[in-house]
Amino acid sequence: MAIEMSQFYQVFFDEAEELLAEMEKLLLAVDLSDPDMEDLNAIFRTAHSIKGGASTFGISDMSDVTHFLESLLDHIRKGEMAITSEHVDAFLIAKDILKMQLNGHKFGAEVDQEAVADVRMLLQSLAQNSTHIAPPPKIESYIDKSKEEQFRKSYRIEFPKVSDVEIDTLGEELNLLGDIAKESLDDNRIAFVLNTNATPDDIIAICSFILDPQDLFITEIALKKIPPKEKSGDEPGYGLFDTPHEQDEDKLGYGFFDPIDPAFALDRSPEEIMKGVAKKLDKDVSHHVAGAHDDKGAGKKEGSNQESTTIRVGIEKVDQMINLIGELVITQAMLEQRTNDLDPIEHERLLSSVAQLTRNTRDLQEAVMSIRMMPMDYVFSRFPRMVRDLASKLGKKVEFITYGASTELDKGLIERIVDPLTHLVRNSIDHGIEMPDARRAEGKYEAGRLSLSAAHQGGNIVIEVSDDGGGLNREKILAKAFESGLPVTENMPDAEVWQLIFAPGFSTAEVVTDVSGRGVGMDVVKRNITNMGGVVDIRSARGFGTTIVISLPLTLAILDGMSIRVGEEVYILPLSCVVESLQPVPDDIKVISGKGTVIKVREEYLPLIALHQVFGIEPKFTDPCLGIIVILEVDGKRAALFIDELVGQQQVVVKNIESNYRKVPGVSGATILGDGCVALILDVSALLRT
Amino acid sequence: MLQFSQTDSPASTHGAKSGSDADGSEFLAFTLGREEYGIDILKVQEIRGYEAVTRIANAPVFVKGVINLRGIIVPVVDMRIKFNLGSPTYDQFTVVIILNINTRIVGMVVDSVSDVTTLMPDQIKPPPEMDTTFNSDYLIGLGTIDERMLILVDIDKLMTSPDMGLVDHQAS
Repeated sequence: MAIEMSQFYQVFFDEAEELLAEMEKLLLAVDLSDPDMEDLNAIFRTAHSIKGGASTFGISDMSDVTHFLESLLDHIRKGEMAITSEHVDAFLIAKDILKMQLNGHKFGAEVDQEAVADVRMLLQSLAQNSTHIAPPPKIESYIDKSKEEQFRKSYRIEFPKVSDVEIDTLGEELNLLGDIAKESLDDNRIAFVLNTNATPDDIIAICSFILDPQDLFITEIALKKIPPKEKSGDEPGYGLFDTPHEQDEDKLGYGFFDPIDPAFALDRSPEEIMKGVAKKLDKDVSHHVAGAHDDKGAGKKEGSNQESTTIRVGIEKVDQMINLIGELVITQAMLEQRTNDLDPIEHERLLSSVAQLTRNTRDLQEAVMSIRMMPMDYVFSRFPRMVRDLASKLGKKVEFITYGASTELDKGLIERIVDPLTHLVRNSIDHGIEMPDARRAEGKYEAGRLSLSAAHQGGNIVIEVSDDGGGLNREKILAKAFESGLPVTENMPDAEVWQLIFAPGFSTAEVVTDVSGRGVGMDVVKRNITNMGGVVDIRSARGFGTTIVISLPLTLAILDGMSIRVGEEVYILPLSCVVESLQPVPDDIKVISGKGTVIKVREEYLPLIALHQVFGIEPKFTDPCLGIIVILEVDGKRAALFIDELVGQQQVVVKNIESNYRKVPGVSGATILGDGCVALILDVSALLRT
Repeated sequence: MLQFSQTDSPASTHGAKSGSDADGSEFLAFTLGREEYGIDILKVQEIRGYEAVTRIANAPVFVKGVINLRGIIVPVVDMRIKFNLGSPTYDQFTVVIILNINTRIVGMVVDSVSDVTTLMPDQIKPPPEMDTTFNSDYLIGLGTIDERMLILVDIDKLMTSPDMGLVDHQAS
């Protein structure tokens, strides 16, 4: 049994992770002044699902925390207490704790038991506080009633023969959906009548924990009044003794002992009372502006209503499929090449079939590549929380907006863009956006705007991190650059000055503010992005803010390449590194003794690298003036590469050499050419270092 | 990088295999020069002819280069060059054994492939304490079938050894 269970652990871990992310998303979207019941219910459901999963797998510490979380949420959901920022904070902390516990179970990571105990206490105390601030029982009963009136539908659910314990459990679970009454059927079976807003699907989903959904009979019946306050499973057959009148009298009786003036309650509709209570509670809630609730809330709601129809597939399977498609593309190219020589009239039908195949292959390739694509939302969704936390820590007000969250990017790139983006966003909040006072003094809104956007531009995706803060300080950067001995002049264009902050060891912390304690520096950001084949640009205006523009290729799997030939061998140069190619004249080539050869290109001396010497190839030409020189640029370094000839420009599918062989110096990967041969892709930055 | 850790204990794995397998194990026999070698058949993915390879710059001579094996880039090593056996000629009879070693795929050029034979545990003798072409660390033992003698090679250990230089050995 234990072995059987263990294979489901991974499923639970994956699912719990998704649920936690979902929970955080929902929590951040909650509008404190007017919480949406649907959202609260959704949060409750995520907590409940985690609890259910955790207890199924006997992960008691997680189910413990979720239990407290759930009970507090339940109070809020039932309208017994209004949600406050305190609650949201507590929930977020609890979410983090759950995540930590999850990692603890998943990877054996360390779990801070003290923090776990703390959060449990926090949730518990908040739940207990509810008794102080919760409306008196009288109002509660009204709320119950009003809730009951809101229920749109009533279902009768017939169960097969099951044990009492299971019926009790089911009763508890179903009670979460609405009001419930129990009925005994003739043949010892049990039926529930449920007044709820949930759909039959929800009911089946809940029951399927215990029963085979096929054994359920769910029928919609006319809305039937169920005595309020009834808890199913308290007493078998309770539903049969329907005594609403007595209970109503009881309820009225409560009113007389109520400290609140009865008139207050009686004169107003239950809704009004609820609102009044909510308002009262809301007064002492500091309303924080950590996120653009309105913009985001609207988008989120749309998304959460969509049924997710996805399947979970291992990335290896997808990659294997992409490989196979790559193979197919090559085969198709070969076929096309072979048929090109045929007489078009004689072989008309064959040729049209090949043309058809070409189209189909291209479509197929596009479709398969899109599997690896993921929306930027995957990255963006983790920022609202970070921005909120960081802003409140620094005492700043930040309004966070995202654009183009549905823009798609290769999964491999998406995972690697997270860290640089995180760093940039932190930088913007830390150094970019000013304190509220300073902003007011400058005539800006107190809350700074930080926006993240993503958009397609040709074959690239452009991601922008933009703030309306103070902007970069040109003088300070230049002064710091002088200090560190970087080659700078007073009248450098702004764009070049901004690029200085990417220099290694050029700490932005010292330049702009003295708040530091961040993981990576800007040079690491730049390097990460360059490694992904991307470019970083900065636009900044003093007093108006800074925008950092990252431009990335859509996928790592395809590269625009320039194929070149040296001797008998063909290599691919990434086109992004190629500046120009030229045939030099003998006068431009100078030998510096002991340092190698340089070439003069437009009054600039560039080191000359002969590929045949680096790779030990028998070349066609040994005189650079007979061959071709390609000027390469990477990381701001330029060099001239001497080769025999240029073959052509083509898109190539990048293959990994290291998966079956070791790293080859000077080579970043390999590709398969149209004729089925392998060509190596040159690692330009490594070449320039030689 | 995970797969390297497994290579630390190939001796124990093959010991368990030859010890517990009462039905004997199957070996692919191939020749290098005048010697006949055997490798575990389960490590062999396929056998192909030799085709044009793409040379890898500055690689050891015995690494012929890489080939495109149905979309996968596979390095090819010539054992005849590595162990100075036979003459490295490449024609339509040259054979490449594609091996599957700890999820890595490697092609190995040999003179010829003869057959697949089953060896019972009692047919496998420990390797002699003497200098052979292969470092005796990479040998499982000597297999005898009638008049034939197979040098049984622990191909996992050989191919992942620093000697062959096919995998990155960061630790060493």
